[in-house]
Amino acid sequence: MAQAESGYYVPHGSNWPIIGSVGLTSLVIGIALYLEGMGLGLWVMGAGGALLIYMVWGWFADVIRESVGGLYSAQVDRSLRWGMIWFIFSEIMFFGAFFGALFYARFLSVPWLGGEDPATSRVLWDSALLAWPTAGPGNLGLDWKPMGPWPLPTINTLILLTSGVTLTVAHHALKENNRRRLITFMWMTIALGLAFICLQAYEYYEAYAHLNLRLDTGIYGSTFFMLTGFHGVHVLLGTIMLIVITLRCMKGHFEADSHFGYEATAWYWHFVDVVWLGLYVFVYIM
Amino acid sequence: MTATTHDHAHHAAEATGFKRWLVTTNHKDIGSMYLLFSLAMFLVGGAMALVIRAELFQPGLQLVDPYFFNQMTTMHALVMIFGAVMPAFTGLANWMIPLMVGAPDMALPRMNNWSFWLLPFGFAVLLSTLFMPGGGPAGGWTMYPPLMLQTGTAFPFVIFAIHILGISSIMGSINVVATILNMRAPGMTLMKMPLFVWTWLITAYLMIAVMPVLAGAITMLLTDQYFGTTFFSAAGGGDPVLYQHIFWFFGHPEVYILILPAFGIVSTIIPAFARKPLFGYSSMVYATASIAFLSFIVWAHHMFTVGMPLAGQLFFMYATMLIAVPTGVKVFNWVATMWRGAMTFETPMLFALAFVFLFTIGGFSGLMLAIAPADYQYHDTYFVVAHFHYVLVTGAVFAILAAAYYWLPKWTGHMYSERLGKAHFWLSTISVNVLFFPQHFLGLAGMPRRIPDYSVQFADWNMISSIGGFAFGFSQLIFVWLLIKCIRGGEKAEARAWEGAEGLEWEVPSPAPHHTFDTPPVVR
Repeated sequence: MAQAESGYYVPHGSNWPIIGSVGLTSLVIGIALYLEGMGLGLWVMGAGGALLIYMVWGWFADVIRESVGGLYSAQVDRSLRWGMIWFIFSEIMFFGAFFGALFYARFLSVPWLGGEDPATSRVLWDSALLAWPTAGPGNLGLDWKPMGPWPLPTINTLILLTSGVTLTVAHHALKENNRRRLITFMWMTIALGLAFICLQAYEYYEAYAHLNLRLDTGIYGSTFFMLTGFHGVHVLLGTIMLIVITLRCMKGHFEADSHFGYEATAWYWHFVDVVWLGLYVFVYIM
Repeated sequence: MTATTHDHAHHAAEATGFKRWLVTTNHKDIGSMYLLFSLAMFLVGGAMALVIRAELFQPGLQLVDPYFFNQMTTMHALVMIFGAVMPAFTGLANWMIPLMVGAPDMALPRMNNWSFWLLPFGFAVLLSTLFMPGGGPAGGWTMYPPLMLQTGTAFPFVIFAIHILGISSIMGSINVVATILNMRAPGMTLMKMPLFVWTWLITAYLMIAVMPVLAGAITMLLTDQYFGTTFFSAAGGGDPVLYQHIFWFFGHPEVYILILPAFGIVSTIIPAFARKPLFGYSSMVYATASIAFLSFIVWAHHMFTVGMPLAGQLFFMYATMLIAVPTGVKVFNWVATMWRGAMTFETPMLFALAFVFLFTIGGFSGLMLAIAPADYQYHDTYFVVAHFHYVLVTGAVFAILAAAYYWLPKWTGHMYSERLGKAHFWLSTISVNVLFFPQHFLGLAGMPRRIPDYSVQFADWNMISSIGGFAFGFSQLIFVWLLIKCIRGGEKAEARAWEGAEGLEWEVPSPAPHHTFDTPPVVR
């Protein structure tokens, strides 16, 4: 399996990484300055972000040019695949940290703090009585409601699951060289992704406007918004990736038997899909 | 020299001068940059350690403000872990893994450049926090809330600097995994790989698994500070101890990230100078994998004193003790490799031998710390400091030095000065024990860590430890001098620089040409 063929393509010299380093560093310095109350930070952040987008654009353009130019062997293709697989694994672990926080709060710290054992609870916080969902003993009496699974999250679940199907149909169309169906189903997937993002935004609006559920509504608000928020950002990124890939399909990129860029995007989309199922079960239903 | 190796048309466009280093995609260039960056950070972090030891030379507050002292302990750890040891291992991986598996370069060469160049940027941000209003981070490298949340302007800069270093590590690790899984020469099956490659494969997997968890933990710190979340505040139903759990879920695999490649180095060097194949190769592979697996289920032994259910303490205590089994297998195998070998004691072998002895001392003190009831006594004392410096300085750093001596002829084409190397070894090994061994006594007697002043009963051992510290610190300048001499000239090294050295890296000339194995070798 892992046998090297001669002529592995090694690019020689690239400006993109150093541009990316300057961009990323400026971006985070800008955010840090802004958080510390310096308005200048927003400009630095914008410049860094623009540089980073320029880097992504240019870097991918190079890769596409080299790939279309026939420089990539099957072995290079496998390297890219391993790279994407392990990148997605690292993303799963990132979500794992937040899921871990949710489980720890629900099943350990909130019961300890909130009266499961009266002696402990008396020592920790004045015998406060807490049960999930909670905003914590410092927010007792605060009037807010948790976000239930019905109707928006369930609709969103169906939307994401459907998008996984349409994307797979599109992938099969690509393999069968049916460009019309490929592009139709790609746009359907994108439309479903955008619908998800809009409904998620509407759900946040509902939370703030009608449930009084906010990011600072204790541990429930923290875990709810951070988990769904990071997921939403990933859906947004995935949708942008889908749009780029679809535009490339329309320009006639990708072959029936060689389309790693397409597949990587599909993997990424399925990954955000699976994370959502975890959210749906553990954040909304349970 | 480089002109003669321009064998392909597309090599001709390579940049020259400083720009070459900015845009390079060559694993040897990038490896060299990693190693030199690591050396620079080793000296910076070392200077911080000397500030600490100077202040602790005598009881009382003499030299620095206590708050600055706390910044030094925090920064020393961050610099040494993320700036010195991890980049040194990544540099060695960059240089040696493609040579060892017969690959033309790393699997993803452009990303390799990005992994490196994020490091100087990340450290520029991190070190700049020392000059910000309110100073740098001073709550310890573990950044526990709520103390960490009291950091001044530096707070978000520290968080983002660590994000950048984490991104760099993840990309570097993805590259290592892709290289090892996909770039091996024909015939180089997994169980024929040099042990350094095996340990790095497992290390890279650990890094990809836990660096994102650290990113999650510090992101929660950031949102707790600025956006009103209450992950770590009991008032909102969160828990400061939650941070410790998430941090150490990263932190414990992290300490194996800092030592597994060292195991690989020692397993390479001891057979070369004992002139015998490594004893128990496959058991070494399985032991490494077992240690990596166990590293995920022992994290709470760092926090026995926070108040955990008894079942939790027992589980983490026994799981931790279990690690002694695969580690014992390794030490046994190293000793068995030397048994009846035709040994010679050049500098790399000396450092590797010192590693076996001194790392084992650190392992034993770790076993003592694993015992939950005993840990109540040792927790946050100098005993812990002594323990992890034995495994990290005489463990990780000694292995890195051994590796540097072992492969310097391959990198520079010159033999280093054996006389200076031996001087460096003996001065380092004696002084490092003067530095750290007394800290066991201090800790057992109850001296807490991370304090600038202490009770007078601790004065004698602290003075001895500080003398050892300065001797160890300045001994490293011998290495810097030796390195400069070796790069500039010296006795010409042969392709196989050491009589007993085995492996593909010794099949190519010394210094290794800019491009090697453009056509993969066949391994039988």
